[in-house]
Amino acid sequence: MSDSYLAPGLPQPMPSPDGLDQRYWEGLNDEQIYLQRCTDCGGWQWGPEWICHRCLSFDLGFEAVTPTGRIYSFERVWHSVHPALNEQGPYIVVLVELPQADNVRLVGNLLGDPHQEVPFGAEVEAVFEHHTDADTPFTLLQWRFA
Amino acid sequence: MQSTDRSLRGQVAVVGVGETDYFKRGESPDAEFKLALKAILRACENAGVSPKDVDGFASYSNDRSDPSKLAAALGCKELRFANMQWGGGGGGGSAAIGNAAAAIATGMADCVVVFRALAQGEFGRFGQGPRRNVIAGGMAHTVPYGLMSPAQMFAMKVQRFMHDFRVEQPALRSISLASYHHAQNNPRAVMYGRPLDEAKYDESRWIVEPFHLFDCCLENDGAAAMILVPAERAKDFANLPAYLLSAASGSHYRAGASVHNTPDYATSTFKTLAPRLFEVAGVQPADVDVLQSYENFTGGVLMSIVEHGFCEPDGCNEFFVKDRLLAPDGDLPLNTSGGNLAECYMHGLGLNVEAVRQLWGESTSQVADAQVSMVISGPMVTPVSCCIFGAEATL
Ligand SMILES: [Zn+2]
Repeated sequence: MSDSYLAPGLPQPMPSPDGLDQRYWEGLNDEQIYLQRCTDCGGWQWGPEWICHRCLSFDLGFEAVTPTGRIYSFERVWHSVHPALNEQGPYIVVLVELPQADNVRLVGNLLGDPHQEVPFGAEVEAVFEHHTDADTPFTLLQWRFA
Repeated sequence: MQSTDRSLRGQVAVVGVGETDYFKRGESPDAEFKLALKAILRACENAGVSPKDVDGFASYSNDRSDPSKLAAALGCKELRFANMQWGGGGGGGSAAIGNAAAAIATGMADCVVVFRALAQGEFGRFGQGPRRNVIAGGMAHTVPYGLMSPAQMFAMKVQRFMHDFRVEQPALRSISLASYHHAQNNPRAVMYGRPLDEAKYDESRWIVEPFHLFDCCLENDGAAAMILVPAERAKDFANLPAYLLSAASGSHYRAGASVHNTPDYATSTFKTLAPRLFEVAGVQPADVDVLQSYENFTGGVLMSIVEHGFCEPDGCNEFFVKDRLLAPDGDLPLNTSGGNLAECYMHGLGLNVEAVRQLWGESTSQVADAQVSMVISGPMVTPVSCCIFGAEATL
């Protein structure tokens, strides 16, 4: 799609060669948020690890979560550190926590006016931003106020 | 045996320091390895130590100047300790000193150089995003959203801390003003002759909220080095010994959880270190005469000072006023060389050098009769580190 939140030209995400986050990226393409969950103790963790940090089980799976969260922190970026963003102007990056998954946090952009106020704790919902015209299509996980 | 019974307190001293000239990023006429050699030779000369007698090297942040090559280049008789503190940023500055001191205290080495050399023109910048077409791993979860520079990574933590404790922008501004104030006394400082006032700070552009331009460190080329020896030899040298009273490094529970998932998020990473640091040193925050606190960004300094117990988290707006932070008369003179904001960004080792200078009475912003001189290295990364130096009277 052409109307992505940030200007095109940033590095494109690809699944990690070790396979750890492959299910996550595949899930976004299908408009699902798959996160790592321990098969033994049921705890959620993110980013993905080889082992559960609670019970030390290697038996980890991925499960889809309700695509909502609340804003844990945010920042408004003004100074570009990548040529692709030189004409972007300010943009908002949010750190969203998911109470339904042990408060794991995900990074994304907050869609809408880049000058808008961003209340801590505000409820947000996922927006799946598909980049189908990339060499290897991928999907970014964005957020908007619920 | 408790770990505090095996303490480093007073066992090792800094007897020499050396720095190259400091340059704007990319402007060093010397290669990075040559900068390292120059700083080490100056430190040796300052201490009155033959470079041939150096038997160990300690550094941090993946310094590229390999100890074996340094020892070969300098003709060191023997290499007995070659140590790298893991972790990026400036978090290892005081840890490298602690590591060197541990080697000396346990007899593994007798004369260790702690150093850091940087030529960003030769090797590329820290403050820029990646230029690859694709990205994988942890950065794949941040870079495509425009979250990629150190300022952008750390602003997210500081924003949350400022929200939790209602910290206002002037508290950050005071930290910046103190560094620039002290730099005006320091001819070595890159920002010497370029003073900063409240209006200039307020009018400066945002980098990323809550950081204005003047909340962010410089990017520089140069090198710094220190010579450490056992305490029993410390009086054989021309300088007054600066004894290491304590050094701590590390981080809290799951500080390294990826993609901004550390449970205790809005922290400088010093909560677990600070009690150990003071306990071993046998001093309290109120005993600290002068503080050098690593400014990657002012917000990290503020959180570090809070987490070391100098100030309550909900008292920042009252505590962080400029006059309190200025030498010679402030309650807590801070970053008296100009620090990473205004002297030079030598990944923070310049702060340790300045802490020693304060004990020698040789700072350009000297605190009267400084006896306890403290350094906080690299807030918000993991691992971080901190140390306290003391004059002989503190032993
Ligand atoms: Zn488990």
